[in-house]
Amino acid sequence: MNAATFAIIVASATPLIFAAIGETITEKAGVVNLSLDGSMLLSAMTGFAIAYTTGSVELGLLAGMATSGFVAFVVAFGGIRLRVNQIAVGLILTYFATKLSALLGGEFVRKPGPSVQKMSLPILEDIPFFGEILFQQNPLVYFSFLLVIASFWWIFHTRRGLDLQAIGERPEAAFARGIPVNTLRYFYTVLGGAFVGLGGAAFSLDAKMGWSEGHIANYGWIALAIVIFGGWHPLRVAFGCYLFGAIQIVALKMQPTLPDLAQVLPIAPFPLMILTLVFLNMRVVQSFTMRFKGIGRLIRGTAPSALGESFWPD
Amino acid sequence: MSLELRAITKRFGSVVANDTISLSVGSGEIHGLLGENGAGKSTLVKILSGFITRDQGEIELDGTKLHLLSPNEAVANGIGILHQEPLVFLPFSVVDNFLIGSPKEYGYAEAYEALSTISEQFGFDLNPDVSASNLSIGERQQLEIARLLWLGARVLILDEPTTAISSTQREKLFATIRDLADDGMSVIFVSHKLEEVQELCDRVTILREGKISASVDLPSPVEYLVSKMFGTGVLPKTRIARVNGSSLLELANASAFEQPGQIIDVNLSVSRGQIIGLAGLEGAGQRTLLRAMAGFVPFAEGSFRLQSAEISELDYLDRLGLGFYYLPADRQREGLVNGLSITEHVALSVTDQSKVINWNIARSEAAKRIEKFSIKGTVESTPESLSGGNQQRLLLALMPETPLLLLMEHPTRGLDIESAAWVWSYLLTLSESGTSIIFSSSDLEELTTYSDQIAVCFSGRIIDQFDASEATVEELGLLIGGVHQR
Amino acid sequence: MNSLQQTKYFAGAITISLVVSIFFLWLLEAPLVDTAKLLVEGAFGTNQRIGDTFMIWVPLLLASASLVVTFSAGLWNIGVEGQIVAGAVAASFVAREVQGSTTVILTLMVIGGFVGGALWGLLVGVLRVRGGVNEIFGGIGLNFVATGLIVYLVIGPWSRDGVASTGGTEPFGPQAWFPTIDGLRVSPLALIIAFVSLASVMFLLSKTHFGLRLRATGKNPLAANRFGIATSRYLLMAFIIGGGVAGLAGVTQAGAVYHRLVPSISGGYGFLAILIVLLARFRGLWVIPIALFFATIAMASFQWQLRLGLHSALGGVIQGVLVLSVVLVMGYQEVRQQREQSNSRDDAAL
Repeated sequence: MNAATFAIIVASATPLIFAAIGETITEKAGVVNLSLDGSMLLSAMTGFAIAYTTGSVELGLLAGMATSGFVAFVVAFGGIRLRVNQIAVGLILTYFATKLSALLGGEFVRKPGPSVQKMSLPILEDIPFFGEILFQQNPLVYFSFLLVIASFWWIFHTRRGLDLQAIGERPEAAFARGIPVNTLRYFYTVLGGAFVGLGGAAFSLDAKMGWSEGHIANYGWIALAIVIFGGWHPLRVAFGCYLFGAIQIVALKMQPTLPDLAQVLPIAPFPLMILTLVFLNMRVVQSFTMRFKGIGRLIRGTAPSALGESFWPD
Repeated sequence: MSLELRAITKRFGSVVANDTISLSVGSGEIHGLLGENGAGKSTLVKILSGFITRDQGEIELDGTKLHLLSPNEAVANGIGILHQEPLVFLPFSVVDNFLIGSPKEYGYAEAYEALSTISEQFGFDLNPDVSASNLSIGERQQLEIARLLWLGARVLILDEPTTAISSTQREKLFATIRDLADDGMSVIFVSHKLEEVQELCDRVTILREGKISASVDLPSPVEYLVSKMFGTGVLPKTRIARVNGSSLLELANASAFEQPGQIIDVNLSVSRGQIIGLAGLEGAGQRTLLRAMAGFVPFAEGSFRLQSAEISELDYLDRLGLGFYYLPADRQREGLVNGLSITEHVALSVTDQSKVINWNIARSEAAKRIEKFSIKGTVESTPESLSGGNQQRLLLALMPETPLLLLMEHPTRGLDIESAAWVWSYLLTLSESGTSIIFSSSDLEELTTYSDQIAVCFSGRIIDQFDASEATVEELGLLIGGVHQR
Repeated sequence: MNSLQQTKYFAGAITISLVVSIFFLWLLEAPLVDTAKLLVEGAFGTNQRIGDTFMIWVPLLLASASLVVTFSAGLWNIGVEGQIVAGAVAASFVAREVQGSTTVILTLMVIGGFVGGALWGLLVGVLRVRGGVNEIFGGIGLNFVATGLIVYLVIGPWSRDGVASTGGTEPFGPQAWFPTIDGLRVSPLALIIAFVSLASVMFLLSKTHFGLRLRATGKNPLAANRFGIATSRYLLMAFIIGGGVAGLAGVTQAGAVYHRLVPSISGGYGFLAILIVLLARFRGLWVIPIALFFATIAMASFQWQLRLGLHSALGGVIQGVLVLSVVLVMGYQEVRQQREQSNSRDDAAL
């Protein structure tokens, strides 16, 4: 495992970071957006399509953000205004967005398109070992670093972040204190959705260039699972994303040595990751880790108490 | 700040919850709002706090008319509400709780300072960095009061604040309220506890069935206040002298723990047909005791014998089979299934072992029970559409004919007088046919009238146990508060 | 009053989805009339096609029946896809290893498939009940594992001689084929299994004590406990029954449609069934026509692709639009209804 490998891990995990951090923000506000798998695909498609047609990567990324932002809005609207179960809306949208991405993306399949250009940071790139891993990447990667730190700082170290936590924790109490619960929930859901879309577009314009049907299938589920794994904490969520990236690289490297499993290995990381999360979430394991303060806090995380429950003042 | 309400009216469908309510509270005045459960107090509080809007009437604060369309507006105008269960964010620290919802210019520095200043002024002992989940309810109230003060509340409305706090905390709370009033705060103290209103308030407005029944200065003769609360004088409830049957259950040195609540080293004997009332503050252990006897909470220590058989290891399902039955206080959440009809509830409670349900039989059985228990509903009604009294009747209707032991939490909480009387006449008939009843209640009259024996719970222990005829309501009140006497 | 209002809103939702669908058709420059014609023709145009439509109907019915059970227990059984796969794997195992008459083999396949699906569902259940793991993620995780398992089997131990491809295993011997009607690809046995399962599920839920207790568990586990219902056990039973019925879908897919094991054996029918059940408002009776309609669309999709050059995902888009519209519009209708009800309710929040 040399610096080059780590650099690849960082690069390949970046889209997932956008998606997972985005969903973390949404869930911290108390809304669960289960449409990720579909909306990421849809954003990957629209991002690529726009970038291909206009030649502009930036427009493509923005298109991706708008797409998933809109899907997220539908989830919020369905849950808050129409009082439909958030999970139900999310699942339907997953299916719908997946099919839509295939339908509308037909003409862009396997076309070569623009991609994000590498941009090494001067001075920082010369740091031994870490320079190559962290600072010889492209702007998206740098933005992902910023996003992780910014969201961590925002949620846990600002007044408005406190409000965000409040509406996800106990909306009635927040409302009684004059905090506009549902307005904020709409805002954070769409904001989170926009980052999810950035993640989707980041795949087709960078980490997994191009577009084909089912291009990035299942990544949405992984992102959702990592949010839980990360205990709704941006730093731990980021760690989960890099962990998944690492598992994928390992699986890739193992292919030549296990030719029989060549077909299975690429998909192996997915069940492995989810099962790891499942395992770590088991009550038995959680209460076991309570004894080890340090590791325990790394692994444990509590969901926002009002997660998934829409709030209505009356 | 002077607060004035004029002709406040609020309807829910055909029910008039508040009917032309007018009252005024001046600066430095502690005004009591007294009334039975269901008299309209909480509707008025919700209107004043901006949670719901009135249909008619005016609210004026220092002469300025208020619309009060949202909690925001109430907060902005200096109206602070202390809820019965303080709306506090449990996982967050005290200082975080302090900050949430305050104007954005304030930061942690201001919060820490304000917290310590106010705490000192009123003698609160609040550690800013501790998680709110570690605070007792009394301390959470202090946190909320401090926060409301910091935000400039000039009117403080306390909604049944003494329900779940100890007597020491209550003394502290009352002292705080008096200090606040001395500083010019206008206080509205909402309660159904006459003694407390009498002790604390300068004036009292009594609500009955949505209307103002009286508005007088305090102190005032108790009989007068009571007659205004209940409509007639308290009918001296005749205690029925009863003879109990043979010994049935023995609970010895029992301890049990649940989150929250506990019982420690409890001894209790129950005879056939005996009615035992559990008295105590909320959280003193009655609920845990009832649930442990039902089998929901395991005994950590001690023995529980049914005649001579040890049954402490049996779980709820097994005890159901023995003839135990448990009726929770939270009828909708724990007792009934929203979305299922009365017929379906009846079918659920039937213990015949046939696999297939004959819905015709179930429906006719449901109709029978609806009639027998005078439930205002049809066989297709779901619990959500029933009033509290009817829900309780339904819960009773779902019981096996004559259970061996009935464990009831707050049998008449939230019920109107008529339903409450009906429930007790039914329970008394049950006890006459041999059912033993253990019930918890915060209604001291209820406890002294219907129990054969009263057991007083305090901090998880039974600190006194005696024949109900031996104690007066006042003595009982003192015992509950932890003041040993008798 | 309620039913009339509900029907009106439902009709409105259908209209909306029609409009949106037509919009997509316009976007793709698809000929409207031909598309509509092919909808019917594609599914029922020839006897062969009718048979194929029915054979899509079957797994949709079974997966939906499975979900109706788990939903009534208050569970989101996203793991239904994996349970179909598990059933298919179990049935394939029987088909490959067991010798005997068709009757024997098919019976064992059905039993094996049910057991396979039931066990796979039980795994999700145990993770939830004992492990405290949300069944959505447990289900997804096990879906992935099932996919991995089936890929491994198809290219590994069960691969065709010398050919390690994801095309599928060797076809089953003729005794393991579900009998079909002459020339048509429809298996009456599969249809019977589907309808019997759905009917059984509906009977179980509405006419037995078990079903009533399951529904009580789903609506209010705390209160259900007080009625003497061992809620954990009932949740597990829901997963077993649901998983088993889903496994039957795997059996029919393997035994009556593909006659061998292929990686895509569940065909996404599990997830699609979630939409069907949501659209049917969890009512078993409505599942029947809705599942048929979705099967029709799926068949029409082929023809749309073949004859009109439209992308095969068009059918999925139409299905998605339909369910989304109905669920959102009916949600709105319920909100309005609740508002009217609470304004006229006798009991006030005093």
